[in-house]
Amino acid sequence: MSVLVDKSTRVLTQGITGSTGQLHTRLCREYGSQMVAGVTPGRGGTDFEGIPIFDTVADAVRATGANASVIYVPPAGAADAIMEAADAGVPLVVCITEGVPVLDMVRVKRFLDGRATRLIGPNCPGVITPGQCKIGIMPGYIHTPGKVAVVSRSGTLTYEAVHQLTLLGIGQSTCIGIGGDPIIGTGFVDALRLFQDDPGTQAVILIGEIGGTAEEDAAAFVKAHVTKPVVAFIAGQTAPKGKRMGHAGAIIAGGKGTAGEKMEAFRRAGVTLAPSPAELGVTMQRVLKEKGLAS
Amino acid sequence: MNIHEHQAKDLLRRYGVAVPNGQACLTVDEAVAAAERLGFPCVVKAQIHAGGRGKAGGVKLVKNVSEARAAASEILGKTLVTHQTGPQGRVVRRLLVEQGCAIARELYLGMVVDRGSGRVAVMASTEGGVEIEEVAAHTPEKILREVIDPAAGFAPYQGRRLAFGLGLTKEQIGPAVGFMTALARCFIESDCSLAEINPLVVLQDGKLLALDAKIGFDDNALFRHPDLRELRDPSEEDPRETEAAKHDLSYIALDGNIGCMVNGAGLAMATMDTVKAAGGTPANFLDVGGGANVDKVRAAFRILLSDAAVRAIFINIFGGILRCDVLAEGVVQAARELGLTVPLVVRMEGTNVEQGKKILADSKLDIITASDMLDGAKKAVAAAAR
Repeated sequence: MSVLVDKSTRVLTQGITGSTGQLHTRLCREYGSQMVAGVTPGRGGTDFEGIPIFDTVADAVRATGANASVIYVPPAGAADAIMEAADAGVPLVVCITEGVPVLDMVRVKRFLDGRATRLIGPNCPGVITPGQCKIGIMPGYIHTPGKVAVVSRSGTLTYEAVHQLTLLGIGQSTCIGIGGDPIIGTGFVDALRLFQDDPGTQAVILIGEIGGTAEEDAAAFVKAHVTKPVVAFIAGQTAPKGKRMGHAGAIIAGGKGTAGEKMEAFRRAGVTLAPSPAELGVTMQRVLKEKGLAS
Repeated sequence: MNIHEHQAKDLLRRYGVAVPNGQACLTVDEAVAAAERLGFPCVVKAQIHAGGRGKAGGVKLVKNVSEARAAASEILGKTLVTHQTGPQGRVVRRLLVEQGCAIARELYLGMVVDRGSGRVAVMASTEGGVEIEEVAAHTPEKILREVIDPAAGFAPYQGRRLAFGLGLTKEQIGPAVGFMTALARCFIESDCSLAEINPLVVLQDGKLLALDAKIGFDDNALFRHPDLRELRDPSEEDPRETEAAKHDLSYIALDGNIGCMVNGAGLAMATMDTVKAAGGTPANFLDVGGGANVDKVRAAFRILLSDAAVRAIFINIFGGILRCDVLAEGVVQAARELGLTVPLVVRMEGTNVEQGKKILADSKLDIITASDMLDGAKKAVAAAAR
């Protein structure tokens, strides 16, 4: 079992003719994902390595039955690409693009209100259900199928966690990179709700970072609604105030959004904190043993 | 990206937000001439990208030419230390000379992108001149808040609600709504991340004026504002941060002695944390990004080596899109070109890790390898202490 994506997911790539779109469409197909269509306006009727290309998302959905979209469109056009996919009724849209203007995302969020589309990202590595479907830029080979879910604002830190789990023989159900921007689609709380309801997920690793209050909200949700064990880590414990640490959303503004506050919120919610990012895997291993859960 | 007060006021003026008459000056003579033209009394204000200038002696009210000359001479070139500059302070390189005004009330008006609601929030308070964080901490009930619907824009009723809440008179409501609407338009059309009018003053004749203005822009949106990009003042930024930005690297100078090179912002922050946990202090945050090539890695390495405080370098890479062999090639080239003057610890994992390790081994450079992040951090801390 898994959430969001599985063997039956049919993926279309928006921005399939760009170099990033091409590379990762190829890698996702090699991993086993069903890459059924591409969209690049003006290139309809051609194909990328046998994958048919369409001018619009609506055309692609109609012709191929795609039910997920991944976006590699450059920042200036990314918000428009998300809205086009939502308008075509694509239920899952994963936006990989980094550098989308924040006010574009304000408009996108408003546009998605009341629509059935779930957005992941932007500025994220994507979603993977190991052994079934990979949508995004994460290295596939570090993953292994299993029962621990991972949700994170950071790409490479997710890889770090997954790699540690795999080396310890602990597989993953689904890993979701929610993205490092201040305004994103799916957040920690949405992801936790999915994992709590997924019979294939036994435990969750949550990787947060400084900035905003998404971790505090997640902690409150865990306390109220999550019965599965959660292990967390917050990056940026040594970050200075008022400086944007690479991710547009990673900033301690007005003294708010520090790692300390977030860790305290998790502690109070009964979440186990990994003492360092190098110990995410072993911390989860210990928690699984304590709870009598097989890895 | 942040801009100076005088630049912010120029931008606001274009949108019809009322600001005092004034002029930006680079020399004492310019400042004196501006004061004479504007008439006395006027105010000489230091222009740096930090708040708290008044308390640090960077703002002076002057009543005649000799006072204007004295104030300009004193402030220009002075190192201002405020609670926002850090202990090293900031050198004042330009001044704003402004007409004085007769103030009746000081208010606060600010706009930010609110992460919780995913919308632009407008905040107003009767506590003008006080930092909004302080008001939020001590008297949060004094902050009035409206959230802008992106489809409808800032609505007049929201402006009225704020204006009445601030206790403005019947005659002032209309102009106040106009002021706020203009600021909201400026915020949205210029892709601001922050716009603060603190204080927003009510003059004795009842008019509203933006006495101070602080504006920041969303870096991700600057591509569509070439005119705003021109307002960047590199002298207000750390030279290494400016150099890094040229190569599309994300770098932030810190005060430790272990230079860090990492791919991915989260992993870069986590690496700093791990260095700290291992008993050391990071010299920087550096994210080379997912799409790094050999040139970018070389530039990053050069920036790390240019920091005299760096006693050891820790490279921590989890190759995803960034391949380990590309990273290794860049490091070897940079180390050959620049000479490896400090110990180098490398931890690599992920895509093409074996090729990467082979490139490092074949280079015969004196590289300390680490098995994981914590091991690497410990080795870097030990090497820096030697």
